Amino acid sequence: MLHDSPPIEGTEIDVAGARKVRHPWRWVASVVLLVLLAQLVHMLVTNENFEWGVVASYLNAQIIGQGLLMTLELTVIAMFIGILGGVLVAIGRLSENPLLRAVCSGYVWFFRGTPLLVQLVFWYNMSALMPQLSIGIPFGPAFAQFETNSVITPMTAAILGLGLNEIAYMAEIVRGGLITVDGGQQEAAAALGMGRGRTLRRIVLPQAMRFIVPPTGSQVINMAKATSLVSVIALADLLYTVQSVYNRTFQTIPLLLVACIWYLVITSVLYIGQSFIERHYAKGSTRAAPQGFLAFALLRRRKPVRSE
Amino acid sequence: MTTPMVHASQVRKSFGPLEVLRGIDLDVAPGEVVVVLGPSGSGKSTFLRCVNHLESIDGGSIHVAGELIGHRVHGRTVHHLRPSRITAQRRHIGMVFQQFNLFPHLTVLGNIIEAPVGVAGAAKADALRHARELLDRVGLAEKADAYPKQLSGGQQQRVAIARALAMRPKLMLFDEPTSALDPELVGEVLQTMKKLAEDGLTMVVVTHEIGFAREVADRVVFMDGGVIVEQGPPAEVLDNPRTERTKAFLNQVR
Repeated sequence: MLHDSPPIEGTEIDVAGARKVRHPWRWVASVVLLVLLAQLVHMLVTNENFEWGVVASYLNAQIIGQGLLMTLELTVIAMFIGILGGVLVAIGRLSENPLLRAVCSGYVWFFRGTPLLVQLVFWYNMSALMPQLSIGIPFGPAFAQFETNSVITPMTAAILGLGLNEIAYMAEIVRGGLITVDGGQQEAAAALGMGRGRTLRRIVLPQAMRFIVPPTGSQVINMAKATSLVSVIALADLLYTVQSVYNRTFQTIPLLLVACIWYLVITSVLYIGQSFIERHYAKGSTRAAPQGFLAFALLRRRKPVRSE
Repeated sequence: MTTPMVHASQVRKSFGPLEVLRGIDLDVAPGEVVVVLGPSGSGKSTFLRCVNHLESIDGGSIHVAGELIGHRVHGRTVHHLRPSRITAQRRHIGMVFQQFNLFPHLTVLGNIIEAPVGVAGAAKADALRHARELLDRVGLAEKADAYPKQLSGGQQQRVAIARALAMRPKLMLFDEPTSALDPELVGEVLQTMKKLAEDGLTMVVVTHEIGFAREVADRVVFMDGGVIVEQGPPAEVLDNPRTERTKAFLNQVR
């Protein structure tokens, strides 16, 4: 049976006033979710172990601010190295030189294939592998020598660990973006007399950016959180700072909450920034720009067009 | 006799074991319009792409306006040119592709001035003025600020023609310029090309449009199996083909 009721005799059918389909299960699911949310809020408010007063007092503390700055600094520097190096390694992987291709692939294989935490500890302990570093002619005389421990401070170890690891991931993201650009684009540029470098800069990369920016955004957000790993090499980032405080005061939970709140603030700001960059690179594509965080947060919906 | 615009001599080209061009000899005089016909796989597009060295050739030689393409002769040895020199040679040879290949992230004007400003060193104001003239010439003056995706296929191809003309080429290569178009859009592109031909531009056109060949071409070249089977004035080749292969092809496309 296709019809619930026989067509209305003698009248033209007009679907304009048709009844909406009811979705009872949506209501059920909403009620269940509301109950769960109410429980969560109740727990957050009534459970005194959260010690919200302590959270509030430390949220603006100067020592926390210093850790926060270190976290931000590490995120920016490591991502800068990662993006710059990632572009170079990606181009290397698409090069016509087979040795360069193999070296770049090997780099990605190694740095993606070993845990970041291990890499950080490894760089921190560089002096055990090479007590001295020197600059000079390969296999020949050295011009300058350094004690490894004076060069590899916790800060340089952290930057090396986070940055070199990020290069491997960014290289894959950039390469993925570059190969989405149609080969005809390079041919058209070549036929106009554009060189390879210029073609990459002006034609291929700007188009690849649409595919590079969203995953890079998640990489930045990941990086902001991954910097917390440097606490194992005694670098005073946000996490290490709260740890050092609660090791003294034993207010473990509220101080971890302070860290979480700041990590959420950082990642939220990054997310908003990402949606602006995405809109910039969507130029010329007919696809509508993705709905941004603000519009989403303010519950702005695309309203269906109504005719009178 | 003047230097031919294109002078191809015994051009050979293979893709792996497949020999695509088996000794092509072709001269194109300045101002001449040559239409290359032939079944798919005959090597006609490959030959066109060899003229501006988008494909390298394995034997023979190609000169454009007296300049050896992709190579140089030093004493008695022939050397490959370095990429930057090949890039420079292409600036005088315009090319229009089957798939238009406009730059989607740039506006119509941006597409047209990209190479003149970035490669030929033109001042931006001059390049913009020239670009607007060219858009006028292809009948798209009002689309200057549109993005390629906002244009129909026929409009995109006319922008691509304007983009190639912006480098003031001595020679224009058209690689099946109407094959990707909806039938009702073919006419506007052919009309634009006809105007260029009337203005005296040297053109080599690979196409399946027999009507265009008949109306616009000075000479029709029929290729099959990597060789030129037959060539001559359109009336001769199209109406009184001398070889069976040409006859069979013309019967199929008509």
